[in-house]
Amino acid sequence: MSVSKSNERLIQWTFALCGAVSIFVTLGIFAVLFWETFHFFQEVPLGAFLFGTKWTPLFVQKQFGILPLISGTLLIALIAMIIALPLGISIAIFLREYASSHLRRTLKPILEILAGIPTIVYGYFALLTVTPFLQKVIPELAGFNALSPGIVMGIMILPLSVSLSDDAIHAVPEHLRMGAYALGAKRLEVVFRVVLPAAMSGIVSAGILSISRAIGETMLVTIAAGMRPLLTLNPLGPVQTITAYIVQVSLGDTPTGTLEYSSIFAVATVLFLCTFFLNTIAQRLRQSFQHMYA
Amino acid sequence: MKKITFLLPIFLLTACAANVSQQDSAADATGTVTIDGSSTVFPITEAMAEEFQKANPDSKVVVGISGTGGGFKRFCRGETHVNDASRTIKSSEKELCTENGITPIEFPVAFDGIAVMVHPSNDWVDYFTVAELKTIWEPPAEDTVTHWNQIRPEWPDEPISLYGPGVDSGTYDYFTDVVVGEEGASRGDFVASEDDNVLVQGVASDKNSLGFFGYAYYIENADRLKLVPIKETEDANAIAPAPDTINDGSYTPLSRLIFIYVSKTALDDPTVSAFVDFYINPDNASALVSEVGYVPLPTDDYRQLRERLEE
Amino acid sequence: MRKSADRLFIAGALAALGVALLTLSSLLVTVLFDGLSRIDMQFLTSFPSRKPEEAGILSSLVGSIYLTGLTALIAVPLGIGSAVYLEQYAKKNWFNLLMEINIGTLAGVPSIIYGLLGLGLFVRILHFDRSLLAGSCTLALLILPIVILASREAIRTVSHDLQHGAFALGATESQVIRRVVFPLALPGILTGVILALSRAIGETAPLIAIGALTYIAFLPDSLFAPFTALPIQIFNWVSRPQPAFHENAAAGIIILLVTTLLFNAAAILIRNSLYSRSARPS
Repeated sequence: MSVSKSNERLIQWTFALCGAVSIFVTLGIFAVLFWETFHFFQEVPLGAFLFGTKWTPLFVQKQFGILPLISGTLLIALIAMIIALPLGISIAIFLREYASSHLRRTLKPILEILAGIPTIVYGYFALLTVTPFLQKVIPELAGFNALSPGIVMGIMILPLSVSLSDDAIHAVPEHLRMGAYALGAKRLEVVFRVVLPAAMSGIVSAGILSISRAIGETMLVTIAAGMRPLLTLNPLGPVQTITAYIVQVSLGDTPTGTLEYSSIFAVATVLFLCTFFLNTIAQRLRQSFQHMYA
Repeated sequence: MKKITFLLPIFLLTACAANVSQQDSAADATGTVTIDGSSTVFPITEAMAEEFQKANPDSKVVVGISGTGGGFKRFCRGETHVNDASRTIKSSEKELCTENGITPIEFPVAFDGIAVMVHPSNDWVDYFTVAELKTIWEPPAEDTVTHWNQIRPEWPDEPISLYGPGVDSGTYDYFTDVVVGEEGASRGDFVASEDDNVLVQGVASDKNSLGFFGYAYYIENADRLKLVPIKETEDANAIAPAPDTINDGSYTPLSRLIFIYVSKTALDDPTVSAFVDFYINPDNASALVSEVGYVPLPTDDYRQLRERLEE
Repeated sequence: MRKSADRLFIAGALAALGVALLTLSSLLVTVLFDGLSRIDMQFLTSFPSRKPEEAGILSSLVGSIYLTGLTALIAVPLGIGSAVYLEQYAKKNWFNLLMEINIGTLAGVPSIIYGLLGLGLFVRILHFDRSLLAGSCTLALLILPIVILASREAIRTVSHDLQHGAFALGATESQVIRRVVFPLALPGILTGVILALSRAIGETAPLIAIGALTYIAFLPDSLFAPFTALPIQIFNWVSRPQPAFHENAAAGIIILLVTTLLFNAAAILIRNSLYSRSARPS
C-alpha cells in the first residue's frame, strides 16, 4: 500500500494550510481592529483619545478620552492581583515544597475545577452574593462597584497563577535545592533564598499572564461593576472597564460606519495591544527560563 | 399632556393603509418575524411574541433590545420587520428608510409614563419640579451638580448617583426633550444603559441613587424602588405616575405614547401581518399591555388601528 | 526559630488555600440553594418567557448543543492539522517559528476581541448575520489555539524511535502520521479537545459581541438561523432585577456547571488512563 509522491505533497500542503489558518486569524484580528480604528482616528485626535479624562461617546456632546475606561480596568485588575499573586505563589510553593504528593494530587483537580468555571458564573456570584455581603461590612458600597468583582476576579485567576508559578518552581533543578540543604539551610530559607530567585523569571511571567487575563476579562465586570466610565481610584462605586464598554455598545447594536461603532474597535485595539505586549514579554521570559534549566 | 389625546386621532389617521388580505393570516403564520428596538416597549412585544407563538406554533418571533435609535438603524436597512419605539421616528431616520426603500408605518400601542425613582431609604425627596430635574440633568450639570443639597439646601450633603437610559433609548430622547428642552442633551457622567433592568438594579442597591426609566419597570419592582411625584411647575400639584394619571394626562410632562413601526413590505409576509394584527387586536392588546404594566389605549383606538391595518 | 517561620508560612499558605476553597464552596452552595428547586422537566423543556415561573432553557440548551457541535467540527480538524504540521513537517525556519509564537499569543487574546473579529468578519463581511454559523466560526477561532497547543503536546509524547522505525520500513510521512503518531497521540488530543470545548460552552462575551442577545423562543432550524445559548440566557436572567429570574439564572448555571464538570471529568479520566497505559513518568 504505497502513497504516490504527489498525494504525499497534497497531504503536506493540506496540513500546512491548517497551520496557516492561525496566521490568518492574527492577520484578521489586526485587519479588523486597525481598519475601524483608522476610521476612528480620522475623526478623533489621538491626543484627546489617549489623554482625555471623559468618555461620553454615546452622548450628544461626545468626548473620547479613554482614561476613565483604563482606570476602571486597572482598578479592578489591581484588586484582583493583590489577591491572586501573593496567594497564588504561596499556594504554589506550598504544593511543591511542603505538601505531600497525596495532598498535591487531591488539591490539583480542585484548582482545575475552579479554573474551569465559566466567568459568567463568577459574575452572578459577585453581583448577588459577594456585593450584598460586602454591603453589610461597608455600608457605603453601591450595588455596582469595583471592589466586589475585583475580589472575585482574584479568586478566579488564582488557579492560573498557581499553575503557572507551579511550573516555574517545578522546573528549578533538584540539585540546586539539594546543594542548599547540604549547606545546612532550612526549608523556608531554601525556598526564599534559592528556589524563588532561580524561578524568578518564570514567576514574573506567571504574574504578567495573570494581569493580562485580568485586563481582558469581560463578563464578570459587565455584570457586577456597572456602566459608568469615571476616572477614579474609589472602588466603592460603579466604574466601567474597556471590555464592559464593548459589551454595552454591542448590546445596543450600533451599525457599521458610525463613530460609536468604530469607538469599540479603537478601545479594543488598546486592549489588544496591551495584552499582546504583556503576553509576548511573558512568553519571552518563559522561554528564557526554560532554556536556563533545560 | 392633553396634546397627546389630541394627537392620537392624528396618529390613527396617519397610520396609513396597507393592502393586506386577512383571510389566510393565521394558517400561513409559519415564517419568522424579526423585531428589534426599544427596551421600554420590549416587555409588551415579548408578551405578544410569546402568546402569538403559542397560538401559532410554527411561527418564530425574534426580539432584540438595541434601543429605539439602534433599532431604527437596522429597521431602515431592512434587517428587521418591526421596530419597537418609545418615541416617534426622526426625520433623519425617515430619510434613511426612504433611501433603502422602506416605508415605515406607525402603530401606537400603549401609554407609558417615565418614572423618576430613588432608593426606598431616601426620605428627603418628596417631589421634584421639572426645573429641578433640569438642573440635575442638563449638560452644564456634569461634574458641577453632584450633591443633593445643591438642589435644595435642606437636603443632605450626600453625592447623587445618577442612573438613566443610554443614548440609543427613546426614553432618553423623550426625557431630555421635555425636561432639558433639547433632545439628546444631557450630562454624561451617569450610569447609562439601554437595559432598564440594569437601571432598576442600580437604583435599588444604591442609597443615594436617582434614576429615570419606564413606569412598567417600576411596577415590576415596586418593592425595591421609591417613586417620586413630579410637579410640572412650582405651583402645580405633585402627581405620581399611575395608570389613571398617565391615561388622562395629568402625569405631565412625562407621559407619552409608545409605538411599533412596521415596514410596508414586511406586511406582505403573512406571518408578519398576522403578528401585527395579533398585537393590536383589541381582545389581546388591553389585557397583555396592562399585564406587563403599561396603560392600554382605549379599545376603540385599537379597533380603529386594526381597521386601518386591514385596508 | 526557623521551625516557627516554616510553620508560619505553612499556616499562611493553608489560609490562602482555605480562602480559595471557601469561595468555591460558597459559590456552589449559593447557586445550588438558589437554583436547585427550579430544575424540573418544565424548566428543561420550556422556552424563555416574561413570566419567570414559565421560563425555561430549551432554546438556549439546544442552541448550545448545536453551537458546540459545529464549533468542534470546525476547530478540531483545523487544530489537529496545524499541530501535525508544526510537529511533523515544519522545519526550523523563521516562518514556522513565527507561527509558533503567533499561536502562543493568540491563546492569550481576550475572548471579546475574538467576538469583534467575528462581528467584523463573519457577521458583516461574509454576511452570515447573527446566525449559528457566525457564532460557531467565532468560537472555533477562539478555541483553535488551545486545541493546537494541546495536540502538539500530545504528538510530542509519541516516541521518535517508533517513528524512525516506521520510516526505516519505507513508510511515507503521511503514513507514519496516520498509522503511528495519530493513534498514539489520540488520548492526549482528545483531552485537549474536550477541555477546549468545555471552555467554548461557557463563553458569553464573543456571542454578545456578534449580537446573539435576543429573545428566542424556538429551536434553530438551519445554519443561518438566529440562536441563543445557555450562557447568554443566564446573562439575560441575571440582568433582570426580579429575584425569581435570578433563581432561573442559578438553575441555568447549575446545568452549565454540570456540563462543564462532565467534560472536565471525561478529560481527566482519559488523561489518567493515558498515563497508566504508557510507561512514561508523569
